[in-house]
Amino acid sequence: MPTITLNKKVFEQLVGKELPLEELKDRISMLGTDLESIEGNEITVEIFPNRPDLLSVQGFARAFSSFIGEKVGLKYYDIKSSGQKVIVEESVKVVRPYTACAIIKNINFDDEKIKEIIQIQEKLHITYGRNRKKMALGVYPMEKIGFPITYKAEDPNKIKFQPLEANKEMTGLQILSQHKTGREFGHLLEGQDKFPIFVDNNNQVLSMPPIINSDNLGKITEETKEVFIECSGFDYEVLSKCLNMVVTAFAEMGGEIYSLELDYPDSKKTSPDLTPEKMKLDLRYINKWLGLNLSEEEAKTQLEKMGYGYENGIVMIPAYRSDILHQVDLAEDIAIAYGYENFEETIPNVATVAEEDPLEKFSKKIREILVGLKLLEVKNYHLITKENLNEKMLLENEIIPLKNALGEHNHLRNWILPSLLLNLKDNQHHEYPQNIFEIGRTFVSGDTETKVVETEHLGITICHEKTDFTEVRQILAALMGSLGLEFSVKETSHPSFILGRVGEIIIKDIIVGFIGELSPKVLNNWELVVPVVGMELDLEKLFEVLKENKK
Amino acid sequence: MDLKPIISKLHDLERKVLPVLKENTELSAIVKASKLQEIEVMRALQWLENKEVVKVNKEEKKIVILDSNGLKYKEEGFPERKFLESLSEEFQSLTVVAEKTKLEREELNACIGLLKRKLAIEVKKEEELMIKLGSQAEKILKEGTYEEKFLEKEFPLDLSSVKDVEKLAFDELKKRKSFLKVEDEKKLTIELTELGKELANEDLSGEFVNRLTTGMLKTGSWKDKQFRAYDVEINVPKVQMGKKHFVNDAVDYIKQIWMDLGFKEMTGNYVQSAFWDLDALFVPQDHPAREMQDTFYLNGKAKLPEFWEKIKEVHETGGETNSKGWQSKYSKEEAEKIMLRTHTTVLSAQTIAGLKKEDLPAKFFSVNKVFRNEALDWKHLFEFYQVEGIVIDPNANLKHLKGYLKEFYQKMGFSKVRMRPAHFPYTEPSVEVDVFHPVKKEWVELGGAGIFRPEVVKPLLGFECPVLAWGQGMGRIISEYWKIMDIRELYKNDLKQIREMKVWLK
Repeated sequence: MPTITLNKKVFEQLVGKELPLEELKDRISMLGTDLESIEGNEITVEIFPNRPDLLSVQGFARAFSSFIGEKVGLKYYDIKSSGQKVIVEESVKVVRPYTACAIIKNINFDDEKIKEIIQIQEKLHITYGRNRKKMALGVYPMEKIGFPITYKAEDPNKIKFQPLEANKEMTGLQILSQHKTGREFGHLLEGQDKFPIFVDNNNQVLSMPPIINSDNLGKITEETKEVFIECSGFDYEVLSKCLNMVVTAFAEMGGEIYSLELDYPDSKKTSPDLTPEKMKLDLRYINKWLGLNLSEEEAKTQLEKMGYGYENGIVMIPAYRSDILHQVDLAEDIAIAYGYENFEETIPNVATVAEEDPLEKFSKKIREILVGLKLLEVKNYHLITKENLNEKMLLENEIIPLKNALGEHNHLRNWILPSLLLNLKDNQHHEYPQNIFEIGRTFVSGDTETKVVETEHLGITICHEKTDFTEVRQILAALMGSLGLEFSVKETSHPSFILGRVGEIIIKDIIVGFIGELSPKVLNNWELVVPVVGMELDLEKLFEVLKENKK
Repeated sequence: MDLKPIISKLHDLERKVLPVLKENTELSAIVKASKLQEIEVMRALQWLENKEVVKVNKEEKKIVILDSNGLKYKEEGFPERKFLESLSEEFQSLTVVAEKTKLEREELNACIGLLKRKLAIEVKKEEELMIKLGSQAEKILKEGTYEEKFLEKEFPLDLSSVKDVEKLAFDELKKRKSFLKVEDEKKLTIELTELGKELANEDLSGEFVNRLTTGMLKTGSWKDKQFRAYDVEINVPKVQMGKKHFVNDAVDYIKQIWMDLGFKEMTGNYVQSAFWDLDALFVPQDHPAREMQDTFYLNGKAKLPEFWEKIKEVHETGGETNSKGWQSKYSKEEAEKIMLRTHTTVLSAQTIAGLKKEDLPAKFFSVNKVFRNEALDWKHLFEFYQVEGIVIDPNANLKHLKGYLKEFYQKMGFSKVRMRPAHFPYTEPSVEVDVFHPVKKEWVELGGAGIFRPEVVKPLLGFECPVLAWGQGMGRIISEYWKIMDIRELYKNDLKQIREMKVWLK
């Protein structure tokens, strides 16, 4: 999750109040942001992804100030008309169809403010913009730009400008292949015949979204007094919200917001639009949800602490909030304002019947029996290498791979014995006998929703100098005897075991597992020098047989 | 002191060894005198030592022994004395000295060098080497050299008994050819304690029974026998036991808590579709957590349940939930991705989907594995436990959520529970649960909780109903209980560790 770093002095100035350190820490975490650290003049806060409007010191201070009761209620921002225009051409429709823009005037940039703007831009790109895919944002000094600006798509070979952090003019394609930022974000334009650009009335390129700005027109300095801002992407609503987060942050810095006209091929829009969205408050629903009994007046107070306006049953949602989808979102904000710490825990008197999963219960019984037979339980990961499952066991089974796993844990195990042999290999420096078992899940391909069939298995290995088939057969007999099951063992062949010393375990004509002495070749593959006997049982089949018996 | 209780505890071997110790202190002598095997004597001595009857001194020391030349000179005297005795106040040639002393050429040379250093001779070189007595000669002849004095000692000699003033002589002699050797010696000396001395004088020959036998029981012969008393206070060799894996011990405990609170267990597949794991829980399809680096994906396409379009609708427009939804296009392809479940909340979604109105209120839990695509290190596992719970109750609210969690954590040993605001796409309000650590005296974050959004519940259940939900981590509590610093130790499967781990007692 994204973190932002705040200048404590700037923050306190914006909040309008200085809190003692402990209280500040407490309030920050109770607002619904995770405080990482406060060190000297730097506050580092983690912002949850539902609140991109908090990703600037201005946005965060605005929320905090109303939360602590300093500047409460819906904040109004004045918008003047700039009389300027941005023309959106038909050509961007396939590549990056929308933009929302604004102008900010009368702002005094200093080093600190430029840093803040870069932070807002970066953080919004990563989170709300999903790494520029959903939304990309550009800020340009006005003095070099001639209006109207045109947003259009062009042949990348014909696009020519000097991008930021480059010392020469490059074409659109060159930027993608040669420029650092181009290489990082180039995949966003992959396969497009035309690339989107903003150009001014002199046909100078401002930027090529979502990749990079022009070095000449797209760089703010301490001399800048007015800026042009654009958001580009695929959903006008998303862009508009994002633009609102940015322009209100600029306004908090002391700037004045100016709107302009967006000329889309089929419509005209005025941007930005800070009209609050309205939602009817269902107080009964919210009180029930939270277990509270707030009056309308109290609810209004709490809503105002979260920056909302409230009048006659209607909640006015700030235009920079993107996360209010439903009443429950209002409920959460009211709960935060009310204070999570003020909710008293209660357990309702509701009678429900507890029940353990029957198969889990059965596994527990098996575990008890095996521990009684002096076996030690181990617990392995379900992910293991194919080599361990197949090659080392002299098998060629189909194994289910993970698509994107790194390292040694990259296949789903289809049986348990290889995990146990791995344990024996790792424990050779410890005392023998090493008699171990594991109850765990195994995976094979099959006809299910996910094409994977999962089965609980039991694996047992007995390992010491004098072990033999008889010993593991005794354990099997003890286990089956305890479960009241009659079984037989039928000789079979299995590449992992010594020929003539391996059998299928059969109950009522159903094969439930196999048992035998591990082949010396297999032991060699595991670098084991002590004999091993073992068995593997399908616990689910066993469980089914038991259920049948009960009937 | 009454010796009877001790005598009654003596083993046969001890009875045989003890009398011999009056006369013998060394192991080899004891073995010989007792007519036992060395191993038997050793065992007896160990038991006797435990009873404080003997003191076994294990000495590891360096001893000095004389080598061939050392032995020779000890008998014949040092060559330099012969050399010196053959001289006078007048110079005489080396040939003459050689004749008189009968010393070898090599010895003669050694003597010259040595005696010159001690100022015992004067040497001048003419046609031949000429030698006469020196200034210190008389003193040396009378009192002897320090080497001579050293050789007078009894050998073998304990190196540690060599005094500082003798060091010079020792070092000189060690330099000489085949004179001294220093060897390591391990020496066992057995000494009777005061108690032992008393015991050794007692009659130890009485008839004692070691082991009660079936024969004795059948014939009743035990009646006129005395049982040797054991030393019941002594440690015995470890026994190999069977044991449940310690993590399962903790898991069972946690499961029991939820069952005590009336919860029913949920189980389900590890391999899930993105549809169930994420979409059904209203996680937006472009949520960062869905990316490759956080989730293990499998090949292929999952089959979606029949009602999948309901979920699509909720994502796109909110459907019938009075929500705006995510207002972005829902991709079936994204939903069909197959993955290892990232949380057991997927089981909650599937459970809710199977409920009917008459089943309510209902409470479910699961304590089971989830998967995250993380590199294994001391604080991260790619496969770990999550404690999941849901309460589907038309009257449930946020206060109940805190109530259930507090009850659970109280039984886990944490009396104070706190809720903090948090964010999860499927709950509103979303809550981070902290418990107050009684030892560290600080709040510890243990997991998320909240009330499922209507966008989650309504499409699955068919109607709206508050569902309290939580998914808590457990690794932290478990590792701390067993003082495990590196979380990988939980699944290292070191058999010694599993054997010796104490059980979960809370």
